[in-house]
Amino acid sequence: MTRAILRRVGAGVLVLWAAATAAYLALLAAPGDTVDAIIGDGADSPLIRSQIIQEWHLDRPAVVQYVDFLARAVQGDLGRSYLLQRPVAEVIGGQLGPTLQLAATAAGFGIVLALVLAVVARRPWVRRLSSTTELVLVSTPPFLIGIVLLSLFSFRLGWFPVSGAQGAAALVLPAITMGLPIAGTLAQVLRDGLDRALDEPFAVTARARGLRESAVLVRHALKHALLPTVTMLGWSFGVLIGGTVIIEQVFGRPGLGQVTVQAVNASDLPVVLAVVILAAAVFVVVNTLTDLAYLVIDPRLRRS
Amino acid sequence: MINVEDLRVTFHLPRRTVEAVRGVSFTVEPGECVAIVGESGSGKSVTARSLVGLAGPGARVDATRLEVDGQDARRFAPRDWRRLRGGFAGLVLQDALVSLDPLRTVGAEIGEVLRVHGQGSRLSRTKQVHRLLTEVHVPEPERRAKQYPHQLSGGLRQRALIASALAGGPKLLIADEPTTALDATVQAQILTLLAERRAAGETLLLISHDLAVVSRLADRILVMKDGRLVESGPSRVLLTGADHPYTRELIAAATGRRRARTAQPGPEPVVIAEAAALRKVYGDRTVVRDVGLSIRHGEIVGLVGESGSGKTTVAQLLFGLVEPTSGSVTFEGARFSGVPERARRPLRRKLQFIAQDPLSAFDPRWTVRRIVAEALPRGATVTPLLERVGLGEDVLDRYPRQLSGGQRQRVAIARALAPRPSLIICDEPVSALDVSVQAQVLDLLAEIRERDGTALLFISHDLGVIRDLADRVLVMHDGRVVEEGDVAAVFDRPGHEYTRKLLDAVPKLEVPA
Repeated sequence: MTRAILRRVGAGVLVLWAAATAAYLALLAAPGDTVDAIIGDGADSPLIRSQIIQEWHLDRPAVVQYVDFLARAVQGDLGRSYLLQRPVAEVIGGQLGPTLQLAATAAGFGIVLALVLAVVARRPWVRRLSSTTELVLVSTPPFLIGIVLLSLFSFRLGWFPVSGAQGAAALVLPAITMGLPIAGTLAQVLRDGLDRALDEPFAVTARARGLRESAVLVRHALKHALLPTVTMLGWSFGVLIGGTVIIEQVFGRPGLGQVTVQAVNASDLPVVLAVVILAAAVFVVVNTLTDLAYLVIDPRLRRS
Repeated sequence: MINVEDLRVTFHLPRRTVEAVRGVSFTVEPGECVAIVGESGSGKSVTARSLVGLAGPGARVDATRLEVDGQDARRFAPRDWRRLRGGFAGLVLQDALVSLDPLRTVGAEIGEVLRVHGQGSRLSRTKQVHRLLTEVHVPEPERRAKQYPHQLSGGLRQRALIASALAGGPKLLIADEPTTALDATVQAQILTLLAERRAAGETLLLISHDLAVVSRLADRILVMKDGRLVESGPSRVLLTGADHPYTRELIAAATGRRRARTAQPGPEPVVIAEAAALRKVYGDRTVVRDVGLSIRHGEIVGLVGESGSGKTTVAQLLFGLVEPTSGSVTFEGARFSGVPERARRPLRRKLQFIAQDPLSAFDPRWTVRRIVAEALPRGATVTPLLERVGLGEDVLDRYPRQLSGGQRQRVAIARALAPRPSLIICDEPVSALDVSVQAQVLDLLAEIRERDGTALLFISHDLGVIRDLADRVLVMHDGRVVEEGDVAAVFDRPGHEYTRKLLDAVPKLEVPA
């Protein structure tokens, strides 16, 4: 068990290292001088140039530069944005909060809605209806859902603010926008898993003990259906992170998506690199958690 | 206790309706052991499950009388059924690995019955679970209760499943193929356990495809075929003087018969395949230890052993799917182990394989025509080969799913025969088949050897099948060949203690006095 956990965590660290290295190599491969690449569209002066050379150790051998970059990244020092004249960690750190808040709320909403759709709505006609709705949700681009929600609930009814991140009310529409497709996907996987589990012999045994159908569903089938659902959830977290770029634009919310768009537009390479590494870190954490959740759910996987 | 008249169960599926049970009447008296025997699709399981309202989704159950525990079950609401399940009747299914929830501990599964029927506090339920496990002879009940089904051996698992069915203190125990997934020695233990329950006054309803399994226990036997009762009566009467030809067929299958052999191996039989001092180690587990065997032209060699004995690994080593840790395999005079696959490939046609479940050995999107044609030399026609294995042209354009189990295995045999092999390795080729179909497939294999002189390595856990078909037998236990010799000699005068144990464990058709 401990070995299985260690192996998964080790694999995660390996992926992070690879992502950081790839980002670093991308910096080296950028056209022109490395110093030019780091300055981007920012102000250019001999003083700034010497600062950059000093910060990135560009006067030292390549190996030292690389090792120093890794060492700083491990300590959370992601360099300095010369465009914004602030440390990158500060730039990202300030915007991480709203994005995480949005992603967590969207995921939470998606999970709850998926559970309701798959577990509660099991009568044949309700099922057909919810299954069709899910399909529509999954195939609609999120920004379209966002625009529809905005024009209905903000412009027409005025229930929620049109933009910004002030208070819980501002979170509702963006979270629903991002959560709906996740709910659609999760519900489909969950329902399929439940149907399969309810057909298994152990479900017959459970019924033969005098359990109600709802108890067979919750106490037995749900855990089996969770296995594929957890995989899907890990995947949708990746989609969430990517999705914030668009959704934050639509709803005019501050956040990581906005930072990324601005940094790319202004060729602020230190910030872009940091976003890449951060995105990789999120993926690694989520995937490691998914793997560990597997071990918790299924005792058969705990061997070796 | 149970009184059923004219029971009919119909399944309304999206595209068709299936009449699984067509008018069955029987009774079960308290303290009695009644067995329903039949092959797959006979409706025996559906009949038994209808008694607890679990015939299955989409099932419509009709009867002129359906009395369970003195109540008319035809008007039962779901909650009436639930009260009956676990309380009045416990259900034991075939394979505890999938019939117990694999994600929950054995103790939780057994305790669930007590919880549902509101018996005792959490603490007293734990004690009850331990008592129940002790009752079905599971050693170290405290430790076992905390384990998951996959951590238990097949026998212990099945005992735990029985304990969970007994937990509610049911008057009736319904056991649906309770020993089918088990090795012979374990099967014998479970049958002993059931006999013990019966002696203690428990009423049993046994469902099985194997007359020999139920003959020891049952007071009365009902024989079902195609949803109807073909014959029923006290075991003694039925087993000694069966009227219906189908019952006689089942009896013949259970007693086994010896096939007459005409073609003897020639005076100097050519050795086709030889294995010497085979050893296979996985990690720190040695699964095959010092196994040597040789197969001659036209010979049928049986390889017997229980699950985990290493017989399948031996087959994989001979087949060149797995490299031995040490030792060597020779096939048709050439080195077959420790050489690159390129060197083996020209010989591959001469060595064929038949798996237990051909459904997973065929591409489900290929028709029979394509499956067999792929193995034939270019331009050769499929029809004569299908005729050889007793199949008509009507199956040519069907998909594997659309064939019966027996037909599928015939297609697998046709495919194996197509490249004119000198040796076919058969891994449990009839274990998934009904007994009457088993006999036909075994006849076919025997005939192929007679006509073509194809040698067979026949792997099975079923001693009866080996006795029927093989010339020589190797008994494997713990990765070793513990005994080897002529089939008649080994079966009549087993030299090794393990062989004796194995032979004793085989359920024999016992006619009660």
